[in-house]
Amino acid sequence: MSNPTHLQYTAEHEWIAADGDTARVGVTAYAADALGDVVYVDLPALGATVTAGESCGELESTKSVSDLYSPVTGEVIEVNEAVDADPSLVNSDPFGEGWLFVVKVSNTGELMDAAAYDALIAGA
Amino acid sequence: MTTPSATPRLTPLHDVHAALGASFTDFAGWQMPVRYGSETAEHRAVRTTAGLFDLTHMGEIELVGPGAGAALDHALVGRPSAIGVGRARYSMLCAEDGGIIDDLVVYRLAEEHYLVVANASNVAVVAPELVARAEGFDVTVTDTSADWALLAVQGPASAEILAGLTELDVPSLKYYAIDAGTLAGIDVLLARTGYTGEDGFEVYCRPDDAAAVWDALSKTGEAHDLVPAGLACRDTLRLEAGMPLYGHELDRDTTPYEANLGRVVVLDKPEGFVGQAALAKRKEEGPRRVLVGLVSTGRRSPRAGYPVVDPASGAEVGIVTSGSPSPTLERPIAMAYVPPALAAPGTRLQVSLRGTLEDADVVELPFYKRTS
Repeated sequence: MSNPTHLQYTAEHEWIAADGDTARVGVTAYAADALGDVVYVDLPALGATVTAGESCGELESTKSVSDLYSPVTGEVIEVNEAVDADPSLVNSDPFGEGWLFVVKVSNTGELMDAAAYDALIAGA
Repeated sequence: MTTPSATPRLTPLHDVHAALGASFTDFAGWQMPVRYGSETAEHRAVRTTAGLFDLTHMGEIELVGPGAGAALDHALVGRPSAIGVGRARYSMLCAEDGGIIDDLVVYRLAEEHYLVVANASNVAVVAPELVARAEGFDVTVTDTSADWALLAVQGPASAEILAGLTELDVPSLKYYAIDAGTLAGIDVLLARTGYTGEDGFEVYCRPDDAAAVWDALSKTGEAHDLVPAGLACRDTLRLEAGMPLYGHELDRDTTPYEANLGRVVVLDKPEGFVGQAALAKRKEEGPRRVLVGLVSTGRRSPRAGYPVVDPASGAEVGIVTSGSPSPTLERPIAMAYVPPALAAPGTRLQVSLRGTLEDADVVELPFYKRTS
């Protein structure tokens, strides 16, 4: 699988798409594949403050429940209602329709580019 | 006997699974395919058409000799000596205190030849235990797990798929029956058994023949929408069918009576059997806790180990043993042990989902029963 080069990544397998001072957040195709079919997504509430590297929700698949870590610190200004209604979007289009939430960023955590993330998952 | 090793064992079909793009998981010392694409799609295929499984991790133990039936009557809670040749029974190996060491399928291949199929996680315990319990009987007990590959075809289309590949009379092979024959020209044992709640077959063959059997089943199955199916969907299929999994619903601290499986215990065997006294006592006293089905009203699933709470008192009264979203019911389902007083269908309970209480109702097991 190829990880889009215009995104940035975390070691916890989230991606962010930076746009000015906001960042759209999702999980990578690698993470979605490792989870299996996602059946429930627990997203942070609109207006909530999330902290880089800390748990801000959950992804539940057929087999397991995994913490969702925020890659950035800031205020949640948008959540993906479509993925709440249809969690399988995380599997079918993790870098697109399966995005999770948008943050007004006050601080960025440790991020890597696509090449570094490719190397990380190749070694996993 | 198998010894635990750091490197997981590969089945003879490993390369086939890898070529199909399988995700693998370590299971009881084996690297097994967990899914090939979407486990939900594989689950639905088994319910509507057919799925093809590699179950080579299962353990096989063979008993041969004039005392084989008597030895098994002594070793297990059932009465294998009464199984007809070519038939099978679900049974259990229990400890002296009645605790379950493993649940098993016992096939009678010939008058003096039985095949006992044990869980992969338990075969290293079951095989020596059967050897020890067979002492004094005229029988040879051998762990032949390495001599067998096991494939399963499960789902409503499975009989039609098999019928095109074997000279055996597939339609008249009864549920829990087994016969020796050929499949695509390869020597196999064909059993009408499974762990999915659907009609289905299990095919025992030599490991060297496994890839050829898999290929033949895949090719013939294509026209019937057979798909390769991994252990993830096997678990949700058996859960919907209300079938126990060792290590979840069954363990050393559980007797068959708690698991609603008292019917497999033949208490009045005159020659006696291991665990008889403890099991008789448990039957008379009644189970301390009972296995029930739960259907959750929320969206999140109860999972193994989550506490069950009595809403009347707020007290933790039980524990979830297995739980997952049900692809067929499209709701979260679970099995749990609860006190007998709270086990009646319709009882409203709660499950603590990582700190949040979610309502769950006790329902009759199984969650799913096939219509034909």
